Amino acid sequence: MTAEQTRREFLKSSGALVVCFSSSGLEPLAFEQGRGGGSRSQVDARVVDSWIGVAADGSVTAHTGKCELGQGIQTTQTQLIAEELSVAVDRVKLIMCDTSICPDQGTTSGSQSHPTNFNHANLALACATAREALIELAATRLGVPRDQIAVERGVASVKADRSKAATYGELVGGKAFNIPVSPTAKRKEHGAWTVLGTSVPRVDLPAMVTAQLEYVHNVRVPGMVHGAVVRPPEVGAALKGVDEGSVRSMPGVIKVVVRQNFVGVVAEKPWQAVRAAAALKAEWSAGSGLPRQADFYDYLRKQPSRDTLVVDSRDVDATVGRAATIVKATYRHPYQMHGSMGTSCAVADVQADRVTVWSSTQSAYPTRSGVATLLGVPVERVRVVFTRGSGCYGINGADTVAYDAALLSNAVARPVRVQLSRKDEMAWENYGFAYVIDERVALDGAGNIIAWDHESWAPSLGGRPGYDTPGNVVTGMLAGFQPAAFVPRSPAPPPTGRFNNGSNAAPSYVTGCVGDACGGTGRVKSERVLTHTIRSPFFTGPLRSPSRLQNTFAHESFMDEIAAKVKVDPVEFRLRHLRDPRLIDVVKGAAKAAAWETRPSPRASQGTLARGRGIACVLYEGDNGYCALVAEVEVDRGTGRIAVKRLVAAQDCGPISSPDGMKNQIEGGALQGMSRALGEEVTWDDRKVTSVDWRTYRSLTLGADVPAIESVLIDRPDGEAMGAGETTITLVAAAIGNAVFDATAARLREVPFTPERVKAALANI
Amino acid sequence: MPITLRVNGRQHTVDVDPETPLLYVLSDDLALRGPKFGCGLGQCGACTVIAGGRAIRSCVTPVSSVEGTALVTLEGLGSVEAPHPLQRAFIDDQAAQCGFCLNGVILTAKAFLDQNPKATDAQIQQAMSGVLCRCFTNTRMMHAIKRYREKTA
Repeated sequence: MTAEQTRREFLKSSGALVVCFSSSGLEPLAFEQGRGGGSRSQVDARVVDSWIGVAADGSVTAHTGKCELGQGIQTTQTQLIAEELSVAVDRVKLIMCDTSICPDQGTTSGSQSHPTNFNHANLALACATAREALIELAATRLGVPRDQIAVERGVASVKADRSKAATYGELVGGKAFNIPVSPTAKRKEHGAWTVLGTSVPRVDLPAMVTAQLEYVHNVRVPGMVHGAVVRPPEVGAALKGVDEGSVRSMPGVIKVVVRQNFVGVVAEKPWQAVRAAAALKAEWSAGSGLPRQADFYDYLRKQPSRDTLVVDSRDVDATVGRAATIVKATYRHPYQMHGSMGTSCAVADVQADRVTVWSSTQSAYPTRSGVATLLGVPVERVRVVFTRGSGCYGINGADTVAYDAALLSNAVARPVRVQLSRKDEMAWENYGFAYVIDERVALDGAGNIIAWDHESWAPSLGGRPGYDTPGNVVTGMLAGFQPAAFVPRSPAPPPTGRFNNGSNAAPSYVTGCVGDACGGTGRVKSERVLTHTIRSPFFTGPLRSPSRLQNTFAHESFMDEIAAKVKVDPVEFRLRHLRDPRLIDVVKGAAKAAAWETRPSPRASQGTLARGRGIACVLYEGDNGYCALVAEVEVDRGTGRIAVKRLVAAQDCGPISSPDGMKNQIEGGALQGMSRALGEEVTWDDRKVTSVDWRTYRSLTLGADVPAIESVLIDRPDGEAMGAGETTITLVAAAIGNAVFDATAARLREVPFTPERVKAALANI
Repeated sequence: MPITLRVNGRQHTVDVDPETPLLYVLSDDLALRGPKFGCGLGQCGACTVIAGGRAIRSCVTPVSSVEGTALVTLEGLGSVEAPHPLQRAFIDDQAAQCGFCLNGVILTAKAFLDQNPKATDAQIQQAMSGVLCRCFTNTRMMHAIKRYREKTA
């Protein structure tokens, strides 16, 4: 089924539609702008009909701005809708992130889907409002007070006489609710849940395992041709010229497209486009050169920077001055890749009066704006249809390839499909941030931390394009748009407003006091967290647990070093400095499930194979999911190889919406974190990135020795829904590094923990 | 040049450059959704098809080299209504996240277990060592494959 057919089917089957289409098919009528920020969405998120429609047959079609990336949110949102409306899961159809009909919910990222749509707002509130409206309609129709109406499986009936009933189809089927989302609508009590909170099987999985699911890579539209792009050979190289004649006679070639430094080829068939792109003679200037990778962390410290103080009690140096003991350490984390399994792909159909883009972007509305800017057309003319992609884990090439397809389609006036090559994906994606982090603490005579001083340096360039910065990804930049400007600022202004630990730059053990309010999870009052952002030579962007992972690697490794210094058990030492009861609970929960042996580290057993255990914990983003992770490892002193034997995670993300979905995220996060901790690192020479395939960028495969993973899920029925997808991965490098220390007394302060680095650390004991 | 392919029990004749990688013919000319482009280098497994009973990487296989060979893609195993037992095992174990790798995972395991129905865990692990899942659904996927082996052995 094509995407167009899907849309038509939707129009037929869906009941209430707030958006109407002109006879040309895609021009939406003007509606008041919905909330969502800057997108000029015609879908008004303030009205129920933008979220929920009931068809004549009583089936429910819902629209959301949070899309399925592989994390299971399609199924979990379907559960939410089924629960709140009291209909069966298989009676709910969910349309995700189609800008012609779905509310603008920005970007599906940052572990925000659960808090955004499962608390008292947005999708959950729209569902609750719809449910109350259905009860109201039923009460009127059946002639009883509202509190006498029960709803179950899509039928409203009189409690005292269930024969008096009306189906949702009879009540509202095919018609609009015509009501605003009510801020006072009551969600179903947690205790009454029968669908949410249970492990409903993934609704998309049967189609996935039988190759029926349409990924963006499978989108085929009439008249479609194929594009391939030609990226610069070196970072910073500018196009001097293209010899179109070099490919003119090749089979199927339609056009060579150039816009400033953007170069692409369009051909009738995909292989023809790939061949022509490889054969095209293009002349480029020399690149701008790259800093030496061997000295990169030192280089970062010497660059102009933009400085931010997350927290500063202004007494850190004084406290350090009267400390009984001072402990310091420096941690390093490389650039890493999203490295999606499938290279990014998009189909664009640029016509004179409308533009349609099929894209797996996490940011349908922002991509719509970016395409409009790139093509110079009004944003209202652009429709982005989210279509499933390969797992992205942050901003992979989905946004940039949508731009590629739009530029090429614009040039040939036909629909164009582009799928990047492996090298194009890996050499130019927005990498996860490299970091170098200095940690310092002051201890009193009893071995308690009395001051924590954190200073970090991280390079940044571009990122998510948002609604107005297409130059934040490579295609936009090549086509003449600038990345968000880098403005150095030093010294950092004092922190103001509320304590914001969104990047987990502050460790869990400080009080996090800004002004009179303290938002931290710990007890250490003397605190300073200073960050330096440097202009990156490569594009960067959010990669699953961006900055949070790197900072937490440093904090949690360092906490372990301090505990060892004062010869206290690592769990006990953490608990001594924490005050948030939920963070304490996950630490205790993980330790208990792992049968944690209470004793100081290291054990440092003798023999070639050394076993040890380590722990790490975090309140993700300072307010978005609690997690603790215990790792058990075996280190081969001879080879320097780390075998991770067991991972035990305890997690609390508020009320659990889908236990198995949460477990799947914990397991995937644990192993992705392990792959990143043990082997993944972007590499470059003096001109270009050299990690451009799966030989040069090392990922764990399905043949890897992987540990048993145990999950302890802590349900908080009365809590707010929090994120669940990025918590575990945040802790893996620290937990493994701490376990290696416990096993061997060798401290790993640089990711990835390659056998060479392990051997070097062993030699340094 | 016309080339005749036998895919999932059906004959198809396509007119393509004989050097075209099989993947492009399957996913473009035949519009199959199973085989996927992951790397184009034979490194990840996303493009796997079973050719004459053997799992091959269609992204580096010239289409002319499999003319006349019986090819099976993921859609050739089973359907949503009647999934193949290995596909069923993946559903039962909820063994996927984004699912992009499923084609390579399931077909590689299928071809291997067809040839080695009594394979040990270590042998299965070895057989899967060239297949990537970047969502790292390793635990569930390997569990599903082993359960399928138990059921069929």
